[in-house]
Amino acid sequence: MNATTNMVNMADMALTVLSAGLLTTIQDLGRPGHAHLGVPRSGALDRGAHRLANLLVGNPPGAATLETTLLGCTLRAEISVTAAVTGAACPVRIDGRPAAWGAPVHLPAGSTFEIAPAAHGVRSYVAFAGGIAVPEVLGSRSTDLLSGLGPDPLQAGDVLPLAPPTGPPADADVIPHAAPPGHLVLPLALGPRDDWFDPTSIAALARTDYHVAPASNRVGLRLDGPALKRSRDGELPSEGMVLGAVQVPPDGKPVVFLADHPTTGGYPVVGVVPATALDAAAQARPGTLVRFVPRMGGGWT
Amino acid sequence: MSLRIRPCGPEALLIDLDDIGLVGAVYADLLRLRADGQLPGVQDIVPAAATVLLDGVADPRALAARLAELEPRPQAQLVGDTVEVRARYDGPDLDDVARLWGVSPADVVRIHCETEFRVAFAGFAPGFGYLVGLPERYAVPRRSTARVAVPAGAIGLAGAFTGVYPRRSPGGWQLIGTTDAVLWDAERQPPALFVPGTRVRFVAEDGDQEDGDQVDGDQMTANQAVGHDSKEHGSG
Repeated sequence: MNATTNMVNMADMALTVLSAGLLTTIQDLGRPGHAHLGVPRSGALDRGAHRLANLLVGNPPGAATLETTLLGCTLRAEISVTAAVTGAACPVRIDGRPAAWGAPVHLPAGSTFEIAPAAHGVRSYVAFAGGIAVPEVLGSRSTDLLSGLGPDPLQAGDVLPLAPPTGPPADADVIPHAAPPGHLVLPLALGPRDDWFDPTSIAALARTDYHVAPASNRVGLRLDGPALKRSRDGELPSEGMVLGAVQVPPDGKPVVFLADHPTTGGYPVVGVVPATALDAAAQARPGTLVRFVPRMGGGWT
Repeated sequence: MSLRIRPCGPEALLIDLDDIGLVGAVYADLLRLRADGQLPGVQDIVPAAATVLLDGVADPRALAARLAELEPRPQAQLVGDTVEVRARYDGPDLDDVARLWGVSPADVVRIHCETEFRVAFAGFAPGFGYLVGLPERYAVPRRSTARVAVPAGAIGLAGAFTGVYPRRSPGGWQLIGTTDAVLWDAERQPPALFVPGTRVRFVAEDGDQEDGDQVDGDQMTANQAVGHDSKEHGSG
C-alpha cells in the first residue's frame, strides 16, 4: 500500500459520530431541477449559515455540511482537519476545552469535537475542510426527510468521509453574530391562490400574531394562530409548490414550506415568503412570534 | 386564447389552465423553449392537474408578458416513450372499484388493460406519476381512511387517475393490483419510470406465472428507502 492510498483510506474514515443529538443531517444546496419527477429540492434550511461555514474552512458553497437541530452533536476527528460552526449560536469544545464559534478551528487527529446545544436559534452548521464526501444522489448529498433521498440522519457510530481540502481557511476573525430577534417577520407576496380566501381575513393578516408550532420541521414551519378563512369550498387540483409557499390546509393554520417541501400539493397557497427570509425562519424556535408583511401580486403584477 | 398567469413569489409563476388537456401541450411548449435557450435560469418546470409552474425565474413580470402570447395547441402533447407495466390485479379494493364502476372485477381488469395511459404529472413521492386515460365516468373517490402502509408497486386509482406507489408509504388510493416494475431508481437515467409524457400500458400477468420476469432487466435494481409522508403532500 503506498502513501496515497493510505491517505485516501484515512479520509474515507475522517469523522466518527459519537452523539447525533436530536436530529443531525448532511446538507448542501440541495437537488433543484427534479421537481417534475416528484423530487423535493432539499438542502440546508439556513443557506446563509451553511455558505458561511464553508467559506470559513475554504470550501466552495456547495460542499456538504452537518445541520444540527437544537441539541448539537459530538464527533471524533480521526484525521487532523479544520472545521467551523455557524448558524444557531452554541458552545463549541475541542477535547473539553472551549473553542471559537463562527471561526475556523483546528481539530487534531483523535480529538473530540462537541457542538453543544444551541443557546439561540435551532440549526447549527458544521463545515469541515474538503466537505463531507458521502455519495451524491441526483447531484446532491442532502438528506431529504420527506422523500427519503440522500443519506440517513446521523447515528452514533456512523463514520463519515471527507474530500481533500480545496482552499485555505478564511483569514477571518470571529464573525459578528446577532442573536435571533424575539419575533420573526416574514414578507409575503400574495398569490397564487389568495383569491381562495376571505378578503377581510387577508387584510387582517398583517395585524395577526402567529406562533411557531412545535410540529415544525424541515418540510415546513407550522404556525399556530387564527385560522385564515376560505372564501370558497372545494378542492384545489394538485399544483406545483415553491420554496416559501404558505399553504393553508383545511384547519386554516398556515404552513411555510421549507427545503423538504412536497413538489405538488392540493391545498391553496395564499402567498410566498421570499427565499431570502427563510434563513431566519429556519432558526425560529417553537413559540416564536411570527408576523407576515403581505404585499400584492408577488411584487411584479 | 390567452394564458392566465398567476404570481407565485419573486422567482416563480404559475400558468393556470382551464382545460386539463392543455397542460401537456403547454408543458411541451415550455420544454421546447427551454431547450432553445429561451427560458434562461428556469430550474424547474412542473406540470400538475391544471397548471404548469415555472420556478427559478429571474424576471417573472417580463416572462409572464412573453408567455401570455403562447398559443398552446392541445394536439401538440408531449409524446414520450411507451412503457409496458406487467400487473397482477390482486388489489384489496378491486371488488369495491368494480362496484363503483358497476362492472365485474374481470371487467375492471379488461378496461384498465385496454386503456392507453399517459403520465400527466408527478408528485407525492419521487417517481409517483399521475396517469390519465380513464374516462371521467370511472372516477372513484379515495378511501375514506388512508392505509398506514401501502406496499411498493401497488397500483391504485383516485379520481380518474391511476398511480403506482414507488415505495412503501401511507396512501389513500383504491388498490387494484401490484407490479414488480421499479418505478424509481436514483442510479437510472431518468430515475423515474414514469416521467411526464410517458405512455403507459398495463398488461395483466397470468396469476400462475412465475415471478422474476418483470419489466426491463436494467430496471430491476434496489428501490429507495422509506421516507415520511405529510398531509400537504396530499395526494397519495
